[in-house]
Amino acid sequence: MSVPMLHYREQFDRVQPVLPGAGVPWLTLRRGAAMAAFQSQAFPDTRVEAWKYTDLRRLNRQVFTPTAAAGVVRESALRPWLFDGAPMHRLVFVDGHLAASLCPSSPVPRGVTLRSIAGVLEQEPQRLEPVLGRTLAADRPGFDSMNTAFLQDGYWLRLERDAMPELPLHLLFVSTGQAGSLMTLRNVIEAGPGSSATVIESHIALHDAGCLVNSVTEVVLEAGAALQHYLLQQDEGSATRVAGLYVLQARDSRLAAHSITLGGGLVRNELQVSLDGPGAECALNGLSLARGHQHVDNHTRIDHHAPHATSNERYRAIVADHARSVFSGRIVVHPQAQQTRAQQSSHNLLLAAGAEADARPQFEIRADDVQCTHGCTTGELDAEALFYLRARGLDAEVARSMLIHAFARDSLERMASVPVRDWLEHQLATRLGSGGMISREVRH
Amino acid sequence: MLSIHDLHVTIDGKPILKGIDLEVRPGEIHAIMGPNGSGKTTFAQVLAGRENGTVTAGSIRFDDGDLLALTPEARARAGIFLAFQYPVEIPGVSNIYLLKSALNAIRRSRGEAELDAMDFLAHIKERLARMQMDEELLYRPVNAGFSGGEKKRNEVLQMLVLEPRLAILDETDSGLDIDALQVVARGVNSLRDAQRAFVVVTHYQRLLNYIEPDFVHVLADGRLVRSGGPELARELERRGYGWLQETAGGAGA
Repeated sequence: MSVPMLHYREQFDRVQPVLPGAGVPWLTLRRGAAMAAFQSQAFPDTRVEAWKYTDLRRLNRQVFTPTAAAGVVRESALRPWLFDGAPMHRLVFVDGHLAASLCPSSPVPRGVTLRSIAGVLEQEPQRLEPVLGRTLAADRPGFDSMNTAFLQDGYWLRLERDAMPELPLHLLFVSTGQAGSLMTLRNVIEAGPGSSATVIESHIALHDAGCLVNSVTEVVLEAGAALQHYLLQQDEGSATRVAGLYVLQARDSRLAAHSITLGGGLVRNELQVSLDGPGAECALNGLSLARGHQHVDNHTRIDHHAPHATSNERYRAIVADHARSVFSGRIVVHPQAQQTRAQQSSHNLLLAAGAEADARPQFEIRADDVQCTHGCTTGELDAEALFYLRARGLDAEVARSMLIHAFARDSLERMASVPVRDWLEHQLATRLGSGGMISREVRH
Repeated sequence: MLSIHDLHVTIDGKPILKGIDLEVRPGEIHAIMGPNGSGKTTFAQVLAGRENGTVTAGSIRFDDGDLLALTPEARARAGIFLAFQYPVEIPGVSNIYLLKSALNAIRRSRGEAELDAMDFLAHIKERLARMQMDEELLYRPVNAGFSGGEKKRNEVLQMLVLEPRLAILDETDSGLDIDALQVVARGVNSLRDAQRAFVVVTHYQRLLNYIEPDFVHVLADGRLVRSGGPELARELERRGYGWLQETAGGAGA
């Protein structure tokens, strides 16, 4: 066994008795099996096709230890991530644990359950038995097994039939910068038939720390359910973030999944959608901004298992300095999935000679009556457009910034949530200069 | 106002402008005519500060300052405007946002207060009407999906909003039907006064029926081979450019 693996084995044996749901037989079995799997798989290296562009050697040079408890966070420190006070239901997790004192006590409406996973595993674990791990395929190595073995906390959202909470549900995950710490978050969304909700997951770091955040969000959308899911990652530090979003979609369900990454030492987002019922629709919208030596990898897979389903995948990356962006988009149209419509695009804007973007569209089409399109571009700012703006009196910097915002605009406009859009506009303006705030232009 | 002396420009090492001399005084309209490839667009763009050409010799003075030392934005703030032959499409930036940012950048540089949204709309609405443009165009991305005629009108609209002292129109007439041509010409004429000057670059004499120039210059093979009054344009229309190009070497000396 390698040195890191020995460490994780030791840590597992140490924390197992205090992890949530310890002593629950089915969970103990699953954790044990997952630990065994993790131990044999370890972290994938670049010889594994799916990890060709993301080198994880740094994870083998350092070991990470599960956090025992939440660090101390003052409420005021969270203000920049509260969407200017827009009303929302909210749970706050600090260093992988629910921070009850930071959660407002606004009761969710009838038909909606929003609780900490750890709490449910302690009090009524049987409610999670059928759903926990349901979306995890057996062949996904490394991180998912680690997640199950070390599962600390996360949220459980359950929407009963036709439940439609009016307010967004905001899950705020904060890391306080405990160096060498490991956070393992597991979230579960069960959306009953005809239900509809907006879920915003913010993952932020208050201080730089070389931590490892391993999060998995499992989503099951039943017939006719609609989910808008926002994953907002914001981290100027050196953390490694591995986030899985795994979605099963029944007939006529609709998913809009937005992945917005504003920095991060090493970020790997694994997004897998299985369109299992006819008429299911998913729209994946990605926007990332990488600077310095940041590395952002979006790895997506959409399986069309049923006829008449639609997928629309749009990813945009802005890459500055020596940063690197990777996009892989695999779309598999299975033989029974006739009348599939699948669109995919990946656009990359390079702002410096040292920046790099890799885009890999992969279509596997095994049905004959389908419409599939994809487009992929990588380029720098348009010199002609820069001159045009400067010739109108705009500073070179403002002109650059305006064009970068313009590049991001397509992605912003796909976001239905006004608080998220406003927040993102502000974040982009902070990072890219004053050429932004375009959508705030008042119309009379 | 604008004083060009022996201007030489190369692009990728290839000489394009080979010694241009031109004086433009306030209130004047100069037409620069010439066949394709004669250097008209290079000439227009070098005035606005495009950096893809290299000035290898000569000088350009604007208000007694060295124009070539200024960035494109500094020239715009000094009162120079270029209406592009091929206006650039910028998806993601709305027309109104560009116009307001440009106007306020220029106002700031002059120490004037920025216009707020209400004042700006008042400023623009009358000009929009002058160009017979629909208000809806303001909220569309800059030039994206515009027809050729809409793009050219949009250039003139920007000119009306920014009120330059020296406007350079680079083939603003090409591709316009007669109605659009008249609208564009009316827009230009509405700005004409004793303080402002225009350099109108065109391939065809037609535009000059609507914008009466004080001077007409013929650009051929990188040199102004002939200058005259409006009658020169009519002669070109009748005889084409061929007879001038044959004598270009001698006339340019």
